[in-house]
Amino acid sequence: MSTATPLRRSLITPTTLVLVALVVIAFYFLGVRFLFGLGAVANINSGYPWGIWVVVDVIIGTAFGCGGFAMALLVYIFNRGQYHPLMRPALLSGLFGYTLGGFAVIFDLGRYWHAYNLLLPWYIQPNSVMLEVALCVMAYVVVLWIEFAPAFLERLGLTGIKRVLDRWMFVFAALGVLLPTMHQSSLGSMLLVMGYKLSPLWFTLWLPALFVISALAMGYAVVMFEATVVSKTFSLPSEHALISKLSLVVGCITVGWLVLRWVDLFARDAVPLAFVGSVSVFLFWVENALFLFAALVFVTPAGRASPRASLLAAVALLAGGSLYRLDAYLVGYQPLSNWSYFPSVPELMVSIGVISLEILLYLVFIKTLPVLHGDAAHR
Amino acid sequence: MNAVDRRDFLRGAGFATAAAALPTEASAGIARPPKEISPQAVGMLYDSTLCIGCKACVAACKAANNMPPDIPQHLTDWNEDTWDTPEDLSGRTLNVIKVYRNGTAEQKDHEINGFAFVKRHCLHCVDPSCVSVCPVSAMQKDEVTGIVTHDPDRCIGCRYCVYGCPFGVPQFDFNNPLGKIAKCQFCSHLQKKGQIPACCDVCPTGASLFGPVKEIEQEIERRLTAAPGTPHEFPRGKIGKNRPPNAATIPHYVKGIYGEHEAGGTQVRYLAGIPFPKLGLPTLGRQSPASLSEGMQHTLYHWLIAPVVAFLGFAFLARRNMAQHADDEAPKS
Repeated sequence: MSTATPLRRSLITPTTLVLVALVVIAFYFLGVRFLFGLGAVANINSGYPWGIWVVVDVIIGTAFGCGGFAMALLVYIFNRGQYHPLMRPALLSGLFGYTLGGFAVIFDLGRYWHAYNLLLPWYIQPNSVMLEVALCVMAYVVVLWIEFAPAFLERLGLTGIKRVLDRWMFVFAALGVLLPTMHQSSLGSMLLVMGYKLSPLWFTLWLPALFVISALAMGYAVVMFEATVVSKTFSLPSEHALISKLSLVVGCITVGWLVLRWVDLFARDAVPLAFVGSVSVFLFWVENALFLFAALVFVTPAGRASPRASLLAAVALLAGGSLYRLDAYLVGYQPLSNWSYFPSVPELMVSIGVISLEILLYLVFIKTLPVLHGDAAHR
Repeated sequence: MNAVDRRDFLRGAGFATAAAALPTEASAGIARPPKEISPQAVGMLYDSTLCIGCKACVAACKAANNMPPDIPQHLTDWNEDTWDTPEDLSGRTLNVIKVYRNGTAEQKDHEINGFAFVKRHCLHCVDPSCVSVCPVSAMQKDEVTGIVTHDPDRCIGCRYCVYGCPFGVPQFDFNNPLGKIAKCQFCSHLQKKGQIPACCDVCPTGASLFGPVKEIEQEIERRLTAAPGTPHEFPRGKIGKNRPPNAATIPHYVKGIYGEHEAGGTQVRYLAGIPFPKLGLPTLGRQSPASLSEGMQHTLYHWLIAPVVAFLGFAFLARRNMAQHADDEAPKS
C-alpha cells in the first residue's frame, strides 16, 4: 500500500471544465425541482413513479460503485494480495458511486425533509425491503469512507491514527463485503413485490441472486475499465498483467450469472416470451448478448491476453448489467393503464450531472491523494 | 370521466398470462402464510350495474377529504379551475368514475355496443403491498376494521407504494414541491364519528354500499343466486340501516366477485355486468405480492443469523489475510 502516490497533474483541464459545467447545469435543474416539484423537471408520473433518478443514479450507480466490494472480496476474503494495487482506486470509485447514489435519493424523495424518519426506530417498518436497502447503503457509505481513510491519513502524515485504523481495518473490510452483498441483493428483492406488474422475463425468485452476482461482475468490470483508462490517459505503466488474471474470475462469475438466468427462465417456462416481438424483448436479448460477449472474451485465453478485447468486454459487462437493471425496473415493468415514460432533457441532465460530479471528484482525488500505483516518472 | 382505454384491457389480457406464470408453486416454500381478514373488517360493494355515472360520489369524496379540483391538461382551455373533471386517480383525486364504451354504446352493461361504469379507489387489501413496502410505516392497516390509512407526516415520498400497488391506487402529487401521497382511506375520519364513507353516503342507487365485509358477502350471495329479472331491494348507504332501498330487478352479472381473491383478497368487492378486465380492473392471481417479498426477506434475514455469521466469517478471514499481506509487504518498505 505504501507505493501509492498522488498524480502530479493539473486540476484544471478541458475535461474537468466540461465536467464542472455539466454539474452546474444539473444543480440548476435541481433548484427548479425543489421550487416547483418533481413534475416540473422529471417526466415521472402515476404509472411510472420511479424514473432514471432512481434507476440510473441509485440502482445502476451503486452497481458501478461495487468495485470496492468486488476487490475487497477478492483481496481480503479470498486472500489474493497480488491485486492490492487495484484496491484503492476501486474503493475510490465505490466511494463516489455510493455517496452520490445517496445524494440522488435525497433529491428524488418527494418528501425529503422527512428522510430522517428512516432512522427513527419507532417509525421504521422492518418488512420493507426499501428500509433494508436504505439503512444498509447508509452504513456502507460510512464504511467506504473509513476504508478509504488511510489515503487521507497518509497524505496528512497522521501515521499514528493510521496505525490504529489499520489494526481494526479487518472489521471494515468484512463490513465492506457483507453490506453490499445485502443491499445489492435487496435491490433485486425490491422487485419481488412487483410480481403482477413485472414481465416474467425478469420476475423470478432468483432476483436477489441475479442482482448481487451481476453487481459483483460489474464491480470487477469497473476496476478493469478504470485501470485501463487511467493508465492510458496518464501514461502510467499498464496494469494489464494484473487485469488479465482478474478476467478469468470475472468470466466465471458472468458465466454463472448467465447459467442461473437461463436455467431459471427454462424452469419457469418463460422462454417462449423471449420470442414475442416487442421493445422489451429486444432489450432482453441485447442485455443477454452483452453478458455473453463479456463471458466469451473473459473465459478464452486469447480474449484475456488482448487489452483491447478485455476493455471492450468490461464495457459490455457494465452496459449489460446496467441494461438488466433498467429493464427489470422500467422496461419489463408494465403499469396498470396506458402510461408511458421517457426521461425529459432536464431529468437526463441531472443524472448526467451526477455522473459528471462522480468523475470530477475521482479525478481530483487521484491527483491530490495517494490512490494510484506506479507514477514513477512524475514523482 | 375517462374511457377505459382499449389498450388497458389488451394489457389486462397480457397480465392474465403474466399472472398465470407467477411462480406460486415454486414460491410455496418461500412465501410467508397469507394474512387473514379481520372478523370485524368493514368493506364496500360496488355494483357496476347499479351505477348511473352521476359522479355524486366523486364530488362528495372531494368535499369530505378537502381535495382540490382536478382538471386534466387538455381541458384547461375551457375549464378554469371551476369544474372538477378528473379522468383518473391522481394526487388530487381519491375516487373516480370511469366508463367502458364499445361500438355504438347503446346498452348499459353490454360488452358489445354497450357501456358500463366503474369506480376506482383503494380496495383495502387484506394483505396490502403498500403497507409491506413502506419503509417508515406511513401506510397502516387497522387491525380491527382493516382500513388502510396513510400518514403524510411519516411519509418520505419514496413512492414505492405507487410503484408496488397491484391496483394502481396510491398517487403522488408530482406538481407540488411539498407533494403528498393521495389515496382513499375509506373516510376513516368520518367512520370515527360514526358516519359512513362519503361515496356510499351520497350514492343514490346503492351502487356503492358500505358495511361489514361479512354482511357485504351475504348481500353479494343474494344477488348472485337470484335469477336475473327477479325483484330485489338494493340497500343504500350502509347495509342493514333503515334507509329506503332501491327497488329494482336482478341484472345479468358476469361470473365472479372481483376482490374476493385478487392479490390475497380485498375488503372492497365488485360486481359487474361486463368482464372485469374490460372495466380496467387488473387480472391478478390469488397470492398477495407482499407474502412473497416478505417471505424472501424473512428467509434471508431470519433473526439476522445469516448476516451475523457471514460477518464473523468475513472478519476472521480478513484479519488473517491482512496480517499476512502486511508481512509480505514488510521487507519492501
